[in-house]
Amino acid sequence: MGILEVKGVNKRFGGLQALGDVNLSVAENTCHAIIGPNGAGKSTLLNCLVGKLIPDSGSVMFDGQSVLGRKPYEINQMGISRVFQTPEIFADLSVLENVMIPCFAKRDGAFRMHAVESVESEAGIREEALAMLEDVNMADKKGMLGSSLSRGDKRRLEMAMCLVQRPKLLLLDEPTAGMARADTNNTIELLNTIRDKRNITMCIIEHDMNVVFSLAERITVLAQGTPLVEDTPDNIKGHPKVREAYLGEAQV
Amino acid sequence: MLGLNRKDLTLMMIVAAMTLLAPIILNPFPSDSAMAQFNAGYPDLMQRFVIFGIFAIGFNILFGLTGYLSFGHAAFLGVGSYSAVWMFKLLSMNVIPAIVLAVIISGLFALVIGYISLRRSGIYFSILTLAFAQMSFNLAYSVLTPITNGETGLQLALDDPRVLDGGSSGGSLPVTQLFGLEMRATTQLEIGAWSFDFNVGYYLCAAIMLAVFYLAIRIFRSPFGIMLRAVKSNQQRMNYTGLNSRPYTLAAFVISGMYAGLAGGLMASMDPLAGAERMQWTASGEVVLMTILGGAGTLIGPVLGAGFIKYFENIFSKINDNVLHSWFAVMPDGIEDFLVTIVHPFVGKGWHLTLGLMFMAVVIFLPGGLVEGGQRIGRFVTGRRNKKAGGAEAEAARKQPAE
Repeated sequence: MGILEVKGVNKRFGGLQALGDVNLSVAENTCHAIIGPNGAGKSTLLNCLVGKLIPDSGSVMFDGQSVLGRKPYEINQMGISRVFQTPEIFADLSVLENVMIPCFAKRDGAFRMHAVESVESEAGIREEALAMLEDVNMADKKGMLGSSLSRGDKRRLEMAMCLVQRPKLLLLDEPTAGMARADTNNTIELLNTIRDKRNITMCIIEHDMNVVFSLAERITVLAQGTPLVEDTPDNIKGHPKVREAYLGEAQV
Repeated sequence: MLGLNRKDLTLMMIVAAMTLLAPIILNPFPSDSAMAQFNAGYPDLMQRFVIFGIFAIGFNILFGLTGYLSFGHAAFLGVGSYSAVWMFKLLSMNVIPAIVLAVIISGLFALVIGYISLRRSGIYFSILTLAFAQMSFNLAYSVLTPITNGETGLQLALDDPRVLDGGSSGGSLPVTQLFGLEMRATTQLEIGAWSFDFNVGYYLCAAIMLAVFYLAIRIFRSPFGIMLRAVKSNQQRMNYTGLNSRPYTLAAFVISGMYAGLAGGLMASMDPLAGAERMQWTASGEVVLMTILGGAGTLIGPVLGAGFIKYFENIFSKINDNVLHSWFAVMPDGIEDFLVTIVHPFVGKGWHLTLGLMFMAVVIFLPGGLVEGGQRIGRFVTGRRNKKAGGAEAEAARKQPAE
């Protein structure tokens, strides 16, 4: 039984069946990739996992509890962090503050009225955030504003913000979309280092086959809202149905 | 000290010194000189400076930190005033219970309005708050007359119960006081040609403003303050980081509503009457102007903005044609009349024109308000000094983000 169990999920937008009977099981401490051509329903599925969309039917169990009907912040508090396709950071805040916020969320929960104690007195949180920035090689940029970072650094920062919460599951929505080759390789390297340092379960949506095959242990191929096949990367590469539906149009 | 870092402590000390010495600082001209009309150091106006300062500091906690632009904050000011006057009528002329009740009632009022309005953001939030404030204004004028005394406004009367003061006080209306210290009591100090007014009411307001300014600094520098800035910056990221933005915004809304109520309560404490026009949308707009003019999201900006607007309202509006003629009296007749005609639309009843032009100039050239103007001047000065010393440090300082 995996940490994330998706069973029979359906989602319909008007006449479009975005997800049809999707089953997915993500085992703990693995990296599970979801691939598929444009419009296959990858993002819809991800949005169903984090509370942005509610499936019409089916169940999504995380760590033994249902996530359906919960708000995004509640699902995050359960242990799911999400990296967005375009990095979502706090652009008007400093890099250090960006990483401190998830630390506060982890420690204090969804809301706490800590209005008179000063941030400077929160040594523990600061240490934790600085250590995380050290891990992603951004400690020297701690005083910069989020908006002044390069795209690659924004991505790095967003990952640091997710990882500092020590999530049980990290969801990545095309983490290398629109990145230059060098940045993509950096991201892969970063993700692999993070996995070596701390055991983490990842679920990744990706177009770039290079990224998928250098990270994932299991791959699910989605086509027209239904899982076509789920297997190891080596088997996926040679799978005739996958070639037909997806890989035929991409270079491997 | 005081749980503030050195920079904030310096700011706090400067503000404290300025407010405590205001009666002197604001009266730089001898009282019988031609420039005396630019003196702002009379009790009534100084009280207004600090009371509107409190109003704007509170507004800035909501607008400056979370970015939610409330267009109905005058409603809380009005509610605070009515509550305070009722306290004077029913309980005592002591200002303490009046101010406390004003803060509590406006806080509750803000909780209700905020709970509903914060379901929307952006322009819809602004419209909802505006609608609530206009509703309050119109209700105060009409159906709530038993509480608000409608058009006349709520005033003291000789036959008010005033339980603690023991009812009637003889033939004249009692005055507001703090344990016997009358709010209107003023000590005049004459030094040579100068005269300075030290007013009890002003110093009460100033002390309270310093206290709530200190509280605002603490909020700005707290984890809660960071969360409010996070709301403004990226609510989506916030929600996916396990934080519920709704209670944060509601808390900020209620806190700023209580600041407004406090300002309203103080207004009534200085002059015990309350009218519905205090809740009108123009009053709500005024605090928005003050905050933006001074610098939204900065600590000192709203206070500067409030002082600026109140100064213009009270000083520029008093410059009439007679005063203008006396200024330009040294000129030949034709030129004198010409100059008076040119200047006339900008002063006296036309002071709004000057204020409007200045507001436009600030918004266009200094989006960070007067505070940004101050920072630019500061950077210019230090930049020139450093250029002599090498200039590398100034470059580094410029690359550091502003707080």
